Parts: sequence; structure tokens; C-alpha cells
Amino acid sequence: MANGSITDNTLEWPSWTEITDALTLSDYNTMIVVLGTTLLGIAAGVVGTFAYLRKRAMVGDALSHATLPGIAIMFMLVGDKHLPALLFGAAVTGILGVLSVIGLRSFSRIKEDAAIGIVLSVFFGAGMVLVSLVQQMNTGSPSGLDRFIYGKAAGMIKQDAMFIGITATIVLLGVILFFKELRIICFDQQFAAAQGWPVVLIDLVMMGLVVLTTVVGLQAVGLILVVALLIIPAAAARFWTDELRGMTIIAGMLGALSGYFGSTFSALLPRLPTGAVIVLCAGFFFFLSMFFAPRRGIFANLIRRYSLSRKIAHQNLLRSLAEIEERFGEGIRAPFDTLLAYRSWSVTELRRLLKLASRRHEVTVDTDYKSGLTRSGRTEAVRILRNHRLWEMYLIKHAAIAPSHVDRDADQIEHILSPEIVDELERALAHERQIPPSPHLQEPAV
Amino acid sequence: MNEWNWAGDGTVMLVGLLSACACALPGNYLVLRKMSLMGDAISHAVLPGLAVAFLVSHSREAVPMFIGAVAAGGLTALLTQAVHRFGKVEEGAAMGVIFSILFAAGLILIRQATDHVDLDPGCVLYGNIENIALVARIGETPAAVINLAIVFVLNVLFVALFYKELKICAFDPALATTLGINANVMHYALMIIVAVTTVASFEAVGSILVIAMLIVPPVTAHLLTDRLWVMIPLSLLIAAATAVLGRVLVVFGPVWAGVEVSANTAALMAVLAGLFLFVALFFAPEHGLISRSYHRLALSLQIIREDILGLLYRWQELDVRRTRPAHRDDVLTAVGNTLISRWALRSLLRRRQVQIEPPTKPGDEPQFRLSEKGLSAASRLVRAHRLWEAYLEKHFNLPLDHLHMPAERVEHYITPQMRDDLEADLVEPSRDPHGREIPEEDRP
Repeated sequence: MANGSITDNTLEWPSWTEITDALTLSDYNTMIVVLGTTLLGIAAGVVGTFAYLRKRAMVGDALSHATLPGIAIMFMLVGDKHLPALLFGAAVTGILGVLSVIGLRSFSRIKEDAAIGIVLSVFFGAGMVLVSLVQQMNTGSPSGLDRFIYGKAAGMIKQDAMFIGITATIVLLGVILFFKELRIICFDQQFAAAQGWPVVLIDLVMMGLVVLTTVVGLQAVGLILVVALLIIPAAAARFWTDELRGMTIIAGMLGALSGYFGSTFSALLPRLPTGAVIVLCAGFFFFLSMFFAPRRGIFANLIRRYSLSRKIAHQNLLRSLAEIEERFGEGIRAPFDTLLAYRSWSVTELRRLLKLASRRHEVTVDTDYKSGLTRSGRTEAVRILRNHRLWEMYLIKHAAIAPSHVDRDADQIEHILSPEIVDELERALAHERQIPPSPHLQEPAV
Repeated sequence: MNEWNWAGDGTVMLVGLLSACACALPGNYLVLRKMSLMGDAISHAVLPGLAVAFLVSHSREAVPMFIGAVAAGGLTALLTQAVHRFGKVEEGAAMGVIFSILFAAGLILIRQATDHVDLDPGCVLYGNIENIALVARIGETPAAVINLAIVFVLNVLFVALFYKELKICAFDPALATTLGINANVMHYALMIIVAVTTVASFEAVGSILVIAMLIVPPVTAHLLTDRLWVMIPLSLLIAAATAVLGRVLVVFGPVWAGVEVSANTAALMAVLAGLFLFVALFFAPEHGLISRSYHRLALSLQIIREDILGLLYRWQELDVRRTRPAHRDDVLTAVGNTLISRWALRSLLRRRQVQIEPPTKPGDEPQFRLSEKGLSAASRLVRAHRLWEAYLEKHFNLPLDHLHMPAERVEHYITPQMRDDLEADLVEPSRDPHGREIPEEDRP
């Protein structure tokens, strides 16, 4: 910002044409960057799925940090110009880092989390030592190394995008080719080993794909954040599906979208580091998925839980009314206070339940809150009461639980007994087509 | 530069020392609670806290920075827990998601402020320990020294005052809860201490190398001891050694190596910590790889020795008139002809438990037989084996052909006391289930 004042923190918002230009990839340089990061997003999402399911997500973090010494060594040897050589160095020390994590974990008392932390920081430290030496030795500027740490997608050229594209294709082919093998070690490694699969080899293939993706991702998002591209889309995709194929595809798509939007935004607005914006986009998709995914999302969970608790409260009301009818005769109008004493519900709660039940035409409520069951309500209430009693009888007879202790258990399970289980209970108890008497009435009154 | 200057190099060494020790203290608990990656996550995630604190206060004063760090550290721990619990995301991955998002946000915020700040991302990432030397040389006390000293004292107090609580929460959070210690409060307190320590160390070692200081010395100490009260001072010692050695190497290393360049002190400290760990990994007295493989070797040597004794005993028992030759090859084939079994045979000869008899016929090979000493050792072993078989038969109703294998494994670990107990338990302690004689206890 050449003309901005010192305290000026505001962003310059781009014009509408600039936005559409960027989104439709009409600018050549932007197109290269967007294409590169989108492809990278696909590859990272797809590979990340397997790393995530195999609980190897954080190993990726150790891997990406461990690439620094390799980059620095190759930089010393060949200089800044030769990208494939730098990435080769990165891959070598990255793999060394992963092997160190595995070695520390398997041959010493060091736990996996500590092993990851050790490799990550010590390798990075070694890289930093080398970088600080390079800074003093080389006449050429070592600022080229910075782009591997923070990522510098904006500086991407056509060759880089092609490089990423080729790698993404290799990674995708690898995943398609070994899909069955990868699936089996993600879910049941012991089973795979028992079936004669070369588990170690498959593991190596998987780690190889992760290494490949990480290394090409370095200059796009930087070694600190590349792990985010592996983890976040995969973790987000997990909310949408329980099926591996679907999860892989969704993760790839989310990765692609993050790459696409992230790089366009950072092209549009000044001073936005591309890698960070891509990660924030991925984070946005993650939270979107976490809250709004249809089955595993937080809101879906809340709704399911709420409707279940409503159903249970409604059924409790019906059962209480059925018990009152059983005691005082069918068709009795139960006074509000009697009903209130039946369970530990509050006045407002009970009123609300009565209102809801009358809306479903299972209960009629008078103006003074006296209530009674309708015909359809009675059928349902009797069914629940029977479930409750059958379970109580079953517990007393077959589990030898004292009659005073069975009410609570039955109270919890009556709502979810399926017709098949009820049939079986009836058979086991020889109580067909009638409501068993309450076991509590046979006890002496307290 | 290649000359020790107490004002400059001494101060840098002190900064490294304070930051390494301040980190190692809470690091011990991170390692023991298997939460090392939380240190990683927090050290990355305090970045937005720092950036926001800066953007709000427009200064690099310590207080707003620490407030920002504490907030960000707490937020990381809370969000990770929330994503883990409500989103059912595995804990490591939840950490990865949260800290990378926060770090990305911090990076963007810092870039936004970058025109008018000396809070550049490079400084946050690698630290700025060499600058401290420059400040110190002109006679000023760098702010980092004071901040780190305060944080170090704070951490010492935290660990000393809550030693019992931290210890019990690290090893058994459930027990801690039943004892009335709020494990959750301790967890978040530890997280906040880690965040504060991280921020204080930023200037010295940067956000990634701080992970090395948090984790590596405590892990090294943990390899060397099983006692927490030894582990903590030991980790401090190791941390201090990395700091002192690090600076000394930076200053004198170029002279010794005859080069013009010297490394970044903080990075060198991380590498040194890694080296110490590597040494401990191999040479630690109990948990080191060398001592562990030595013990394993000694055990397998002993087991094979005993197997050979049992084998010779049985051969001699079957063959009273010594018609069955026990040549070297026969013995080795029976126990598996490996380097270690040849070694075991040699050691038996050396202990005079097995002796070589000259060949009975000319041209034949010499034979192996048990000596008097070997016979008594072998009879104890065979006795243990057969008693165990009888015991298994009596109590577990195993078929006859299933008795040998378990007895073969257990025989090496049965003490004289156990042999007496087994004998007392059996109805007929003179015969094993296969009908062979159980030798009498050979009491030395």
C-alpha cells in the first residue's frame, strides 16, 4: 500500500469486474495460481481422507516440518533455481522424519504424540540451522526459502501448476488403483494382515502418497499449513457420509473449493497470504459441515435428540393417563393435580405436554385442565403401558430384580421396544393380548 | 563475533536458559499426559492472540501480548475439546484443524498489520535471539530477559505449589476427581501456563522451536528415570545444557571448524536437544535401546541354556545305558542352530554344567553330558516343568498333548517356593501326567 497512512488497516475492496474476472479465471496469472491450488486441494483432500481415517493426520505435520532440512541442503548444493531438486531434498528428509516417528514410537517408550513433536521441532531446528548458515554463506538471496515455509502461491508459474497437476493425477491414480487396499488398512489392519495383505507395503504406499502431496503443497501453502489441507477437508467430509468412496470424493471436492476460493480471494485483496486464506476457506467448510451436515452434524444431532425427548415426554403423559384410567375406570377425567403427582414434571411442562397431546387428538383437555384419553390416545397409551409392564415382569422373572427396582429400567426402555421384542416378551411371559397387572400393587402399601 | 562477550553472549545464554527451563517445566506434564501435540497446537495458535492484542493496543507491551496469548491458548484448548466432543472428530485431528485455522488467521492478521509493526511473521516463527545480543551489548537489559525470568518463576511456583495435583491429574484423572481435585481446572491451567510460556519464549526461540524446548528435554528425562521428582530437575538440567552449549557452539563453533558462518542459536538449541535425546535413546540405563536389547539377549541366553540342560536331562533319562549319542550337532539341532544357542552351549561348558566326554568308538565325535552341577540345575528345571504339567492337568482338564507347550514356556520362571507349593497341591507329586518321574527337589 504505497499511499496508505501508517495506521491504515483497511482493505481496498476490489470492484465487481475484478471479482468476476478472478472467479472466471480470465487473468492468466491468476488462472495459473487458482488452477494449481485447486488441483492441490483435490489431491490433499483425497489423500488426507486415508491419513485421517488411519489416525495419521498429525504425522503429516511432522512430515511437512521435516522437509525443511532437505530443502536447505539442496539449496546449498544447487541454489534457488532448481525446484525439482529442492522438492526432492524435501521428500528425502520428510520421509526420514516419518520413519523417525515410527521408529521412536515402536522401539522406545516414547509415545506417538511426543514422537511427532520431537521430529517436528528437531528437524525444523536442523533446517533452521542450515538456513541460517545459508543466509550468511550465499551471495544470492535465500528469501526463496521463505516461500516453502509460508507458501507463496502468488508466485506460481505455469511449470509449477503443471507440476502440481501431474502430481495430483499420480496421487488420484494411486488412490483409485489401491482403493481396496487402502480401505482395508484404514478400517481393520489386523484383519488385512490375517487375510494376507502386505500391510506394511500398503502403509508405505499411503505414506508415499501423503509425502508426494505434502511436498508439492509446500510452495503453495507452506510447510506449516500444508497439514491443514490434509486434515481439514477429510475431517469435514466425515460429517457428510459414512461411506469411504463418498467421503473421498467429498473431501476432494472440499479441498478443491478451498483451493479455488482461497486463491481467488487472496488474488483480489491485498496482503492476504494465499496459504492462510486457503486454510481459512477449508476451515469455513469444516465448520459449515460440523454444524449443518444432515446426519452427523451438530444441529441434526440436536434436532434428533430434541424430537426424541419430545416423543418420550408425550408417551410418558399417555402412560400416566392410562395408569389413572386403570385405577379409577375408563373414561375418567384426570384432575391436573393428580396427573402432576404422577411424575416429576413441572406445571408448565405438563401444561405444554397436554396442549401438544390434544393437538394430536390423543388427549382431550378441559378448561380447568382436567384431561382424558381419546380413543386413539387410549390405544397408544395401552400399548406403552403394556410395554412398560412386560419389561417389568421380564426383569422380575428373568433377571431376578426386586419389584421395587424395575420401574426405572422399564421407564427408560418402554419407548424403544420394537414390536418384535414385544412379541418375544409376550411369549416369554405367556401374557398374550392383555396388560399385566402392575408388580408394585402387589407390594404392601407403604 | 568469535569471542565470548559476557554482556552479549551471556545475556543470550541467559535468555536461552530461562526459556528452555521455563518450557521444560510444563513440558513434563504435557509429555506424561500424552498431550505433547497440545504444546504444538498452542504454540501455533497464540499467533492470532498476539496479532489481535497488537492491533487493539498498538503496542508490543508485554501485558496485552500475554492477555492475547492466554485468551488464544484457552480458546485452542476449548475449541479442540468442542470439536472433539460435539463433532466426534478424533482428538489429534481436532487439534490439527483448530490450530491450523487459528495460525492461518493469525498469519493474515499479522500481514495486515505488517506495514507498521516489527511484529513480522519471521520473528514469531524463528525468534530473534541474535537481536537480543545486540541490545544487550549496548548495555540495556532486553525485555525478553525480564519477561522470561517472571514466567520462569511463575512456572516454578505453579509446579511447586500444585505438584501433587498435577502429578495425580497426569497419571490418573479419574482418581483425581474422586479425591476432589478438579482435573478439568488443572487441564486448562496447564494449557494457559503453556500459552504464557510459549509467548514469553517467542522472542527467544520462535513458535516452532519452542515445541522442541517444551517436549524434547522432558522426553529425554523420561527415558532416564521413572520418578517424577527426578524427571523434572533432570529435564531442567538438560534444557540448561542445551542453552549453554548452544550459545558456546555458536560463538566458538566457527573458530573450531575454521569457517566464517555460525548458526542460529535457538535452532542449534533444538538440534542439541535432539542430540541429547538420541544419546539417551541408546544409552539410557533402563529404557535405552542398548540396555533393553542387552537384557533381552541375557534372558534369551538363559532360556536357551536351560533348554539345553533340560534336553540333556531327558536324553540321559531315556537312555540310562548311554547308547544314544549326544553330539554337538544333535544338541544344537534340537534347540535351533542359531548363533545364540551355540553361545549358550559354550557358556554351559564354561560354567562346567555340561562336560564333553571323549568318543566311545574311535572316529566318533565327542559327546555332551551333564556334570554333577548341571544335573542338579537340570533336575530343578525338569521338576518345574513336570509339576506345572501335572498342575495344569489337575485344575484345567487340558488334554495330554496340550500340557507340554505351556509348561515349556513357564518352566524358566518357577521359583523354588512355587515348586514346593505345586508339590503340596498335587495328589501324586512323583509322576507327571505323561507317566514320567518328577525329580525330587534338589536342595543346594
